[in-house]
Amino acid sequence: MRNPWFWLLVLAGLTACNAEQSTLHVFGAEARAVRQMALLLTIGAAVIVTIMTVLYVRAVRAPEGKLSHDRGMRMVLWMGAIGPTLILTALLIYALPAMRPRATAPGDLVVRVDGEQFWWRVAYDPAGDLSPLLSANEVRIPVGRTVVFELTARDVIHSFWIPGLAGKMDMIPGRTNRLVVQAEKSGRYRGVCAEFCGLSHALMAFDVIAMDATDFDAWLRRSRAASAGAIASRGETLFDAHGCGGCHAIRGTSHDARIGPDLSRFGERRTMGAGIMPPTSANIASFIRAPQDAKPGARMPAFPQISAADAQAIAQYLKGLK
Amino acid sequence: MTERGKWHERLRVTLWTLIVPPAIWAGHFLMAYLWTAISCAKAGTFATFPTLFVVGTLVALGLISLSGWVAWKQTRRPGDSAPHQDSTDIDRLRFLAKSTLLLAGLSFVGVLFTALPVVFLRNCL
Repeated sequence: MRNPWFWLLVLAGLTACNAEQSTLHVFGAEARAVRQMALLLTIGAAVIVTIMTVLYVRAVRAPEGKLSHDRGMRMVLWMGAIGPTLILTALLIYALPAMRPRATAPGDLVVRVDGEQFWWRVAYDPAGDLSPLLSANEVRIPVGRTVVFELTARDVIHSFWIPGLAGKMDMIPGRTNRLVVQAEKSGRYRGVCAEFCGLSHALMAFDVIAMDATDFDAWLRRSRAASAGAIASRGETLFDAHGCGGCHAIRGTSHDARIGPDLSRFGERRTMGAGIMPPTSANIASFIRAPQDAKPGARMPAFPQISAADAQAIAQYLKGLK
Repeated sequence: MTERGKWHERLRVTLWTLIVPPAIWAGHFLMAYLWTAISCAKAGTFATFPTLFVVGTLVALGLISLSGWVAWKQTRRPGDSAPHQDSTDIDRLRFLAKSTLLLAGLSFVGVLFTALPVVFLRNCL
């Protein structure tokens, strides 16, 4: 197999293995409608191209004098004007209803997501509850229920995109956009920022966890009630001593700052740094000491004065937060 | 039919009548945007059945059809022999009429495509 085209094709095919972040591997009703439309358009376009190619080849190969000018003009009228108009009208009527947002009811779960350089601030039910459950870089939604995302941004324009769930929605400072979705399948997926927002735009992702509705309710209840899971440790003392709490909040402790990402339940998360790497102790420690190495342009200051061993201790403390 | 009754034949298409269908299309386009902006600003939502908008669209489509029909009649005015491409009065008339007819077709579809989203969409965001 020395043909480079073969390997190129294999490589292109390998992208189909990505089931976490794909518009073709859908887990929501909105994304399914979009995929259906895309398939219809692609297949329809292929059929039209094939028909036109065949007609073109036949016309070119026809012996001279065999084609009538009149019939040619009639073909131009039908296939060049009337046909496309009818097809486009039909497609418009077929596609327009998909632009209507899903209907919402007053009791639907509202998840507020703020885009910031370069992470996601998440709050569940900000209106219904006195203290909304805060989180960062991870969105959990119940399967089979309507969820309303209220999207905004703090600094520049971002775009909230969970390819498997729904279309993109811009996050604009000073404006709240609504995205109404419904997940159909549980699982772990991935969302990304889809609007260039700065140096680490490509490093601004988040985990999406679609859970069974009862599991979700239990998780929400548990998380609301939870205090810091970790017992007093050296890491906690260091977290305190180095002023991490000046920016980060941990539920159940005295740290409630809202400048940086909320770190409550950090130990539950599958990724760190907004979806860029696994939260191993080594990764967390090196991120604390030099965040810009992992995320150019990140707003968190570097802490080179914290020794590697101390950073490891803080990492251990953070991993224990569940 | 008397000469009086054939108003559509007496009416000669000119460059001015040529722009009637696209002008109606432009007017309808403007109306769609203004109507949407005003409804959203004043009421916060579209009407469930936008009567005013549907009537406006039907009027626009009617006027475009009418000018298309007049143009069609004018393209069939007898005169010089085919292929109607000389700089004579009747050939000029037939050319302008044909152009008007094609523009009427385009404008008709344009108005329809502008109106459909308004009828289908329900929210202002």
